Amino acid sequence: MDVRAQSRQAGWRTAAYTGIGLFTLFSALPFYVMLITAFKRESDLYDPQNNPFWFTEAPTMANLDLLFGNTKFLTWLLNSFLVGALVVIITLILVIPAAYSLARLAGRWGETLGIGIFLTYLVPPTLLFLPFAKVMAFLGLQNSLWALVVAYPTFTVPFCTWLMLGFFKAIPRDIEEQAMVDGYGRLGAFVYAVLPLAVPGILTVVVFAFTLSTSEFIYALAFVQNSVQKTVSIGVPSELVRGDVFRWGSLLAGALIASIPVSILYTLFIDQFVAGLTALAK
Amino acid sequence: MATEVLEEYGTRQRLLNSDRLLAGVLIAPAIIYIVALMGVPFVLSIYYSLSDVTTGGTDAPFVGLANFRALIGDPTFQQTLYNTFLLSGMTLVVVLVLGTIQAELLIRSFRGKWLVRFLILLPWTAPVSLSVIGWLWMFDSIFSPIDWSLREAGLLGHPGALLGPATNLYWLGSGGLPMASIILVNVWRILPLGTVIVLAGLNSIPREVEEQALIDGAGYFRRLFQITLPMMLPIFGIAVLFTFVFTFTDMVLVYILTRGGPANSTHVLTTLAFFTGVQGGSLGQGAAVALFMFPVLTALSAIVLMLIRRREV
Repeated sequence: MDVRAQSRQAGWRTAAYTGIGLFTLFSALPFYVMLITAFKRESDLYDPQNNPFWFTEAPTMANLDLLFGNTKFLTWLLNSFLVGALVVIITLILVIPAAYSLARLAGRWGETLGIGIFLTYLVPPTLLFLPFAKVMAFLGLQNSLWALVVAYPTFTVPFCTWLMLGFFKAIPRDIEEQAMVDGYGRLGAFVYAVLPLAVPGILTVVVFAFTLSTSEFIYALAFVQNSVQKTVSIGVPSELVRGDVFRWGSLLAGALIASIPVSILYTLFIDQFVAGLTALAK
Repeated sequence: MATEVLEEYGTRQRLLNSDRLLAGVLIAPAIIYIVALMGVPFVLSIYYSLSDVTTGGTDAPFVGLANFRALIGDPTFQQTLYNTFLLSGMTLVVVLVLGTIQAELLIRSFRGKWLVRFLILLPWTAPVSLSVIGWLWMFDSIFSPIDWSLREAGLLGHPGALLGPATNLYWLGSGGLPMASIILVNVWRILPLGTVIVLAGLNSIPREVEEQALIDGAGYFRRLFQITLPMMLPIFGIAVLFTFVFTFTDMVLVYILTRGGPANSTHVLTTLAFFTGVQGGSLGQGAAVALFMFPVLTALSAIVLMLIRRREV
């Protein structure tokens, strides 16, 4: 390699790192500001001369004390977790048999039906929430967490069935045929031979049913008004803003604290999420 | 021997028959759940849109297409329709371009990549109703950190400054700026998704193809336009589909940033449906607004799926 090519490559590398740096800054900056603001004193925060990206006065825990002591933040976190966990269970119960059936038993209809089910994932909650609220009232679930537990599987099931279908198809048929030769029935072969191999898929379904549920906003906004029944994704934006009074420190602290665990889980499994989306192109 | 074969054949046949039954039994609960809980509201929403139903009222007089007709003549609705397509279209273009650049950058390995990946994905992985609150603060009319940076850089807040002598830009204030701010935040949120989809496509191109082209002396742009892009077309189709759908159907962003204001100038279909149906109490008109999304979603999904599938034949 001659000197010119070498220096050109060095130039490319500098440009690439600069690009990555700028993109990272763009993505992370609002979260960084949330982090700093969460520990700012009010007198520091509400002075337009002060650097909003760092502390002019000493940091304080007052915003966090207010968030955990004087708001229902912990209740909302718990509600989100509860709804997420129940939705995960319902999703697993519905999705595992359905996906296995599509992958193995339904023959050439499996794939088409699978795509059909996936397409219902594209029917957005924003299209359905008005009449859905009436359905919830009819079921006697208005203003309660249970409305969310019932509603959320309508978007987790289509997406997760599609994901799980991909996982089941990747497991060789020989495995359960061997198990059936060994004397298991269809169901036995499924439970003892296939399910253990599908654990990565099941884990993916658990993570997505959970993160999609905890991030949901529209149904929560439309179905639940009672503040002790709210999830964190609706409680923080609606209850910490009273009229025109924003408690910015606590508000941003709450938003950040609730975001991070969801983001970590999601990031760990995002390749599976994308594989599910791009499988439509295969 | 022969009887054994026959017996095996019979067993297989029996298994096949029981398989079909089992297939139905296993898939039924999921389908019933979806049809009951999505189908019923969907049919109801069509019924609402054709009637004059209100939150308080018990009867729902049939009004035909009156709701739709009223909407089409309403300047707020026209503005809303324009906003929705402006937001979706601009996001689509910017996310595809920036997402491709970002994917090209992220495909190489470097130190600390896991952290960079986590940070770059944050806008997509964090619950949107929470992360957008961060932007509400970034756009604050007095304390905006962006305005502070611009003032420090000398671009704002003194006579003769490039962006004007006022101390603040009022990102969500008036004119075209609120809509531009909404587009910016939406790009910020969807860009990671576009990037990882394109990245998945880049990773799926067989190495040998690229290497052979390199050996044959094809330059960077030749490889880009003759190999990478054509092989990536289905993936771009997927990126277009989901970027559009997730933008078009989202309500949270506008709801939290501007609530459709000032003076209803930044509504999108979803927020207008919410404010008409829930806050305003006219369920019929709200449902009609939301239903405007359906033909667009159906058409787009059909076109993209057809394009993607046709390649195989």
